[in-house]
Amino acid sequence: MAEITYLEALREALVEEMDRDENVFCMGEDIGAYGGAFKVTDGLLSRFGESRVIDTPISEIGIVGAAAGAGHMGMRPVVEMQFIDFIANAYDILTNYVATARYRAFLPCPMVVRGPSGGYVRGGPFHSQNPEAGFIHTPGLKVVYPATAEDAKGLMKSAIRDDDCVLFFEHKYLYRRIKGEMPQGDHTVPIGRARLAREGRDVSIITYAATVWKALEAAEQLEAQDGLSVEVLDLRTLAPLDDEAIFATVRKTNRVLVLHEDTRTGGIAGEITSRINESCFEWLDAPVLRVTAHDIPLPYAPSLEDFVLPQTSDIVRAVRRLAAY
Amino acid sequence: MPASGKRKAGPGNREPGTETRGASGNGKRAELDGSRFPGPRSQSASDRASAKLTRDQKIDLYYWMRLTRSLEERLVALYRQTKVVGGLFRSLGQEADAVGSAYALERRDILSPLIRNLGSMLVKGATPLEILRQYMAKGDSPTRGRELNIHFGDTDRGFIGQISPLGDMVPVMAGVTMTFKMRRQDRVGLVYVGDGATSTGAFHEGINLAAVQRLPLVVIVENNGYAYSTPISKQTAARQFVDKAIGYGVPGAQADGNDVLAVYDVTKAAVDRARSGGGVSLIEVMTYRRKGHAEHDNQSYVPAGEIDRWAAENDPLDRYRVVMREELGATDEEIAAIDARVVRDIDAATDEAEKSPPPDPLDALIGVYADPPRERPLWFREGTDRAVDVNERPEGWGTWSGRTGSV
Ligand SMILES: Cc1ncc(C[n+]2csc(CCOP(=O)(O)OP(=O)(O)O)c2C)c(N)n1
Ligand SMILES: [Mg+2]
Repeated sequence: MAEITYLEALREALVEEMDRDENVFCMGEDIGAYGGAFKVTDGLLSRFGESRVIDTPISEIGIVGAAAGAGHMGMRPVVEMQFIDFIANAYDILTNYVATARYRAFLPCPMVVRGPSGGYVRGGPFHSQNPEAGFIHTPGLKVVYPATAEDAKGLMKSAIRDDDCVLFFEHKYLYRRIKGEMPQGDHTVPIGRARLAREGRDVSIITYAATVWKALEAAEQLEAQDGLSVEVLDLRTLAPLDDEAIFATVRKTNRVLVLHEDTRTGGIAGEITSRINESCFEWLDAPVLRVTAHDIPLPYAPSLEDFVLPQTSDIVRAVRRLAAY
Repeated sequence: MPASGKRKAGPGNREPGTETRGASGNGKRAELDGSRFPGPRSQSASDRASAKLTRDQKIDLYYWMRLTRSLEERLVALYRQTKVVGGLFRSLGQEADAVGSAYALERRDILSPLIRNLGSMLVKGATPLEILRQYMAKGDSPTRGRELNIHFGDTDRGFIGQISPLGDMVPVMAGVTMTFKMRRQDRVGLVYVGDGATSTGAFHEGINLAAVQRLPLVVIVENNGYAYSTPISKQTAARQFVDKAIGYGVPGAQADGNDVLAVYDVTKAAVDRARSGGGVSLIEVMTYRRKGHAEHDNQSYVPAGEIDRWAAENDPLDRYRVVMREELGATDEEIAAIDARVVRDIDAATDEAEKSPPPDPLDALIGVYADPPRERPLWFREGTDRAVDVNERPEGWGTWSGRTGSV
């Protein structure tokens, strides 16, 4: 089997799910005739037609709200934010309406909101964001953020089949850089389960999305230069968190770095650290450390963006400090 | 036009610059068709505002349009040399709409431009040097490398920088003009939105608030046929964007956006009304986006021949040169001299901008808040002055080579 990119894997998932279930449809800005700003939905219009691949006005509130309504009626909409930064416009309808619908009104919202996310692309403050934290904080929403092509496909298929709203963050830096071989058949990846990206004995790095690759890069470097054996846990799903996998790696290495590209204050690293503290305190040989972006709007110039975002050298430094503790 | 092409009519089926209030058009939908505009420009009556412009001012309009176009052409050259960081956005074919409208403002007035309003910013005093530094993400650019392309402002010179999320500047400009009103200042605001941005909630809330408060705000909807790849037929079910004025209870007007004097006229009338307490106006200017959404966009979705037709028959600079020759008696030498001056200005600015340094990494820490004025580097950066070690993969993290996405 040939390898395909992270982006092609997403497209494959959409096509397979639309083939499988006629209730699945796509909506978004420029997703049809143009195939999406990054071409994730390229070819879908000619294959499924205008009624299932809908080019919309520039109306994020409208698109997300309509997805909720269609979901109530038994459809399974997949809506694209042209850049995930614009999900902020739909924050009200997602957090007030969608997230509470099942609990307060017994109405299902089996919908996916997906879009290109993340930085390291010189995209400036409005084309680089990682807005997961606000949504993780909202009960009723599920959040996934894959790092590999296999997970991109498998999680997309699971997200579409899930009976609740799944926010699907796609890292745009990975779209064409990361490739993988797709497992045969109906390949799904369960929501809520982390993945061990690298086994190790000395220090654990818990992370997700693009920084999984940075963690792996740092791990190689630390093995070569320091003889350290670093384990990397790729969370894949951010809500609900896979506590079991997190605690298992803590018990194994006893030294933990939580790493994310999102800003620090209120980021999910704080939550993970607290859970470890509550459940595995006796297992720790060092304080849990965090490497995150600085609490700064993401600037555009390469020198500034590099400064604000976490880099491989930061991870190396942090792991060395943990190992020496 | 896109889709079926069945509905074909001129922009609004009325003379450019016509006011509308309470009328809902005549049942046909405004579609863009470059071939519709017959002459260099519709003859302006002597009571039009532009009739009062001096010859020098009218020549000035050409200078700004020429500068806009040539500066963007220089940016394209720099983009191809990979000196532009991120995407590049053109306003080719829309220069008249930007320049003519901004020219109707006084120095004390404030406008908020969009991505195709480079010309408006230049008229308001932004310099080619600033634009070039900004696109190249230089440390001495107006935003010191923090923001992209023409996303910057200067309230002293009278322009407030946009952000990417579309529509947001409408309520912001409502607040700017609310202040003018509260302080009884003789000042007016102008805000631009694209045909696509009219579909946002922010646009609706902003213009409605401003209308109810009778704020001195002019809202210009630039109908250039497309929002990224989306044709206007998929953006609104209204026959024309100017019809939205009726719903907001404000005067609406439509103008030929490729006729710089017509744009000036229609904007000046709205500005004068705002200044005399008449509140908000909505203007739809009919123009055409001849380049893709950004440089990477190959415009595969545009019907064959459409771009060429606009370029050949309805180029705002071509049309204005006819006016200059026929009405202002401008000679080819005079026009060539302006073109040469523009090139000289841009050459000098480019040389200077290329010399500018990138931002100092530590500058990232300054100015998130007034107090404290400076953030501290996170613990893992203590003692370092740069983020990326030499031992990081050169071909990997931190190098954006993709030209695929829009920014
Ligand atoms: C709220 C929001 N959604 C989506 C986008 C992505 N986007 C950037 S420009 C654009 C099209 C804008 O079209 P229009 O308003 O007609 O302006 P034009 O580019 O034609 O001048 C889109 C969809 C955005 N910037 N903001
Ligand atoms: Mg447009």
